[in-house]
Amino acid sequence: MAKDQQEALFQQRVDDEQKIEPRDWMPDEYRKTLIRQISQHAHSEVVGMLPEGNWITRAPSLRRKTVLLAKVQDEAGHGLYLYSAAETLGVSREQLIDQLLSGKAKYSSIFNYPTLTWADIGAIGWLVDGAAIMNQVMLTRTSYGPYARAMVRICKEESFHQRQGYEILMTLCKGTPEQKAMAQDALDRWWWPSLMMFGPSDKDSPHSAQSMKWKIKRQSNDELRQVFIDRTVHQAEYLGLKVPDPKLKWNEQTQHYDWGEIDWTEFNEVIRGNGPCNRDRMAARRKAHADGAWVREAALAYAGKQAKKKAA
Amino acid sequence: MTREEALFRAVLRMGDNNLVLGHRLSEWCGHGPVLEEDIAQTNIALDLIGQTRNLLTYAGELEGKGRSEDDLAYLRGEREYLNVQLVELPKADYAFTIARSFLYDAFHLPLQQALTESRDEHLKAIAGKAVKEVTYHLRHSSEWLIRFGDGTEESHRRAQEAVDELWRYTGELFVPDEAEELLAKDGTLPKLTDLKAEWSATVDRVLNEATLKRPADGWMAGGGKKGVHTEHLGPMLAEMQILQRTFPGVEW
Repeated sequence: MAKDQQEALFQQRVDDEQKIEPRDWMPDEYRKTLIRQISQHAHSEVVGMLPEGNWITRAPSLRRKTVLLAKVQDEAGHGLYLYSAAETLGVSREQLIDQLLSGKAKYSSIFNYPTLTWADIGAIGWLVDGAAIMNQVMLTRTSYGPYARAMVRICKEESFHQRQGYEILMTLCKGTPEQKAMAQDALDRWWWPSLMMFGPSDKDSPHSAQSMKWKIKRQSNDELRQVFIDRTVHQAEYLGLKVPDPKLKWNEQTQHYDWGEIDWTEFNEVIRGNGPCNRDRMAARRKAHADGAWVREAALAYAGKQAKKKAA
Repeated sequence: MTREEALFRAVLRMGDNNLVLGHRLSEWCGHGPVLEEDIAQTNIALDLIGQTRNLLTYAGELEGKGRSEDDLAYLRGEREYLNVQLVELPKADYAFTIARSFLYDAFHLPLQQALTESRDEHLKAIAGKAVKEVTYHLRHSSEWLIRFGDGTEESHRRAQEAVDELWRYTGELFVPDEAEELLAKDGTLPKLTDLKAEWSATVDRVLNEATLKRPADGWMAGGGKKGVHTEHLGPMLAEMQILQRTFPGVEW
């Protein structure tokens, strides 16, 4: 079959809302886009373990410690499903990890911000997981089957993460003035980076139009960002916290909030490696990988010996 | 020492052992050698801390002074922690972490099994759930120790060094203090000497399969059970307790 005919058939299937499965024909660009997006997502889960892991040993009660451990463990699990989903497209986990460690692959920039106080653990659950969920709920309907199915599982756990984050902040906001100040400070620092998580504005988003056509994405960055803002502002009010945006204002006509301007210079700098923690995050991942090399070699060597014994 | 005081002390110790080891394992979260091991170690840490919560809550009830699990975990200093020194040593490399877990798990499983027949209903109930968890812990640490021992030259060397280094911290597990002696007499706790035979058999079996040498019993460290620790516990508690100590009496 000629290539343009294959492409037309493929687009027809996508338009008919049929899922694309690993053995189906797909355009090279579709495959590449998915590998890039899914692996970026997997790397984000794994790198995302670091800022929260930073507070596991200091969690302020045994219950909080247990919940945080379980949450970070879920993230490691999400990383695994996502690497597996990416593997169905013909790349290996090893290759993907090499791309992360060499700096070729990206991960969500949000994890290049530091967790400085316990309230940051609440803010990550509430805002960062909250923003991630918007995207992930959309992705449960993405056109590539294995990715969509991984997302269904992930979404269930993420909504629990968001609730536990919000609950941490509720406790702080009902607590002492110092605790409430801690919560406000966390919102001040995490608000804008969370809005940046939705990516560049539609007009500046290089991959968006094609991804929408292929139904990898189904809502634009700006649409999702607006839904997130509308929802989150109410939650901040309920906590008695102030969203750090002087231009934030309810618009009766549009029935949405109007809001200020994202600092895209900061966004681009963090992507370029100049965020507060880019170097620390990469150093931690590289160290874990290098320190673990002998462990992985030992496991392989042992498995090899066992296989030989079995064969003999 | 009354029976109640002895039971408080013994239950506290079990909680402390699990909490301190759980803390050390949780330090691997995000830094493991392979993602599957991040998940496994986090899982084990979660089990241990879950058991700790039951044990410390029970200890608080036994003491009768209204101390909660968090009061006991976060507001005692290192001289009041009663865990064995084995569990507080820094995590070091992955061979050390695995070997330490193995030496503890091989003790912890027969302990929990014996407690399922304790005359203390509370300990019996906790053990009923813990046995399943600790069975998995021992399987996990044994399998990795065998992989290391019988893996590459490097992994064998690291595993042997770890076992040699840790050996001196195993003696304390089996030396009863006054509380443990008292409670072994009435069937609340097992006799530690009985546990030692089973521990020793597990250690021989796994080290043998791992092609590792069992170190000779030499000088043994001790003191943890009396609250005399290595220098490593203090900094660990300082980190763990920082929020509770900085903001006393606050809800989190």
